[in-house]
Amino acid sequence: MPETSFYFEHDADIGIIGRGNTPEQAFETAARAVFGIVTPLDKVQPYTSVKIEFEESDYELALVTWLNLLLGKARELGMVFSRFHVQRRENLWSAEARGEKWREGLERGVEVKGATLTMLSVKQTGAMWEARCIVDV
Amino acid sequence: MNLERLRQLQPYLWTLPRTSGKERAEVLLYGSAPLLVTMDDKVLEQIANVASLPGLVGAAMTMPDAHWGYGFPIGGVAAFDAEQGGVISAGGVGFDISCGIRCLRSNLDLEDAAGHFPELGDALFRVIPAGVGEEGEIKLNPEQLDQVMHGGAHWAVQQGYGTAADLDYIEEHGQVAGAIPGNVSELAKKRQRGEMGTLGSGNHYLEVQVVDRIFDPAAALAFGLHEGQILISIHCGSRGLGHQIGTDYLVLLAKAANRLGIHLPDRELACAPVKSPEGQRYIGAMNAAVNCALANRQILTHLTRSVFMGVYPQAVLETLFDVSHNTCKVETHQIDGESRLLHVHRKGATRAFGPGHPLLPERYRQVGQPVVIGGSMGTGSYILVGTSENPAFASSSHGAGRAMSRHQALARWKGRALVDELAQQGILIHTRSMRGVAEEAPGAYKDVDLVAEATEEAGLARRVAFLRPKVCIKG
Repeated sequence: MPETSFYFEHDADIGIIGRGNTPEQAFETAARAVFGIVTPLDKVQPYTSVKIEFEESDYELALVTWLNLLLGKARELGMVFSRFHVQRRENLWSAEARGEKWREGLERGVEVKGATLTMLSVKQTGAMWEARCIVDV
Repeated sequence: MNLERLRQLQPYLWTLPRTSGKERAEVLLYGSAPLLVTMDDKVLEQIANVASLPGLVGAAMTMPDAHWGYGFPIGGVAAFDAEQGGVISAGGVGFDISCGIRCLRSNLDLEDAAGHFPELGDALFRVIPAGVGEEGEIKLNPEQLDQVMHGGAHWAVQQGYGTAADLDYIEEHGQVAGAIPGNVSELAKKRQRGEMGTLGSGNHYLEVQVVDRIFDPAAALAFGLHEGQILISIHCGSRGLGHQIGTDYLVLLAKAANRLGIHLPDRELACAPVKSPEGQRYIGAMNAAVNCALANRQILTHLTRSVFMGVYPQAVLETLFDVSHNTCKVETHQIDGESRLLHVHRKGATRAFGPGHPLLPERYRQVGQPVVIGGSMGTGSYILVGTSENPAFASSSHGAGRAMSRHQALARWKGRALVDELAQQGILIHTRSMRGVAEEAPGAYKDVDLVAEATEEAGLARRVAFLRPKVCIKG
């Protein structure tokens, strides 16, 4: 599980935070926070690469779209992801997620059903970008 | 929650007075002062937001087990009239569409069954796929999945999972009308391919319980319950299909609301008028997920029966009732003496029809609908019965409701230690996720006794029986 500073309190579900020098980096760490709920990421081997592309002009909706596409792909393929690389050209977001299929030895955490629009924000504070939302577990 | 912000209308009913400048309908909160003070102020903020949505009928309400959710509070109830611009909200249904509880009554008593609980728990844990990353044995092709989305529990019974008698005791007789699989994305369908007949994770569970106390002998008789009897509760929903439908339509409806000039105080309230094309598309997809959830719980019922038969050859498990608590249902309600067709959102709230309701199976029509308040794995659950005087669009509490965050629970409890502690109390926990057990620690929930008592005192439903957990397969 990533350090606790990547999470914030919520009664029923979990608040996740991603930080970075750019929105893209903040999205990458947000994804690590999400998959850190599912399993300890240091045990996940980056054997398989999955490409994700989408178009979205609104940064906040882009965060939710990114996380939900990742969760959807993970469930479709029976995988868990641990490494993420996000790029953006205007409204077009293209990303790579690396991980592996579930196997014995990967500790089972908690399933994340989806990223919500609640407490959703993507903003720059000083030099850092921060992306956050509540995820439903 | 700061009770000074509320005005008490009755011993178990409170309102949030309107402040100038914010136009919204009435907000009503059901519960006792001890329950309300433990709720986060965000519950108030969220239900006040719901009260500002177009076409709301009456008040936006919270049940005694309410807690802070996303968009709607968990334990939120809101009814909308499509003829008056009323909306359908994806956030008001949630990601786990038609999550609910199937309750089975057995012909076994504790004294006959207890000696085999370790064997039963092991077998259930082997057969019931539970936890993140677990898939079921059933793999569906696209055509079969379309049949599930249309057929619900009927499809499952046709495939040999359970019996036609089960269908009488499932909401909507096991199959909701109006499902449109064509409104469901390919990704949603792919996510479901290996997830039929799986329990899921988080607060989902399959629990073997014993009837510990009867409160209402007449209703208990109608429900076929007696003290010492073994029951089974299965708590799960529409799995990946529902999660993806929730995901797909959240952004779509948020954009639709923006386009249609609907002010959303919280974007998670993403909604569109029921009569809009976007609203109709979501309703078709949502109903497909409802049928998927009903089929899923039907398959799990069948798997549970097969395990019980292996351990107790004399076992007979009958469906007591199956009720969802994350839904939007089209129902007729009397408003100021007038019959109106409403879209009733229940997000973490259970439908609770009173005696005489035409949609109830004949066996329960005189007494009312069975209602389940699922508790934590260490405390217990309640079966209640719907009442004629229910003032909340025939809605009731659905669970104990969280009292602290998952993060706080993780900091306070360790999964292994909890499993050992519960075993000392005679409760056998089977899980693949010790983190999940810690997050779901009994102490992280409200006092289920207080919730059930407040539910009864508020006139939402009446207590029939209290169930103690004995074996729990934790998602």
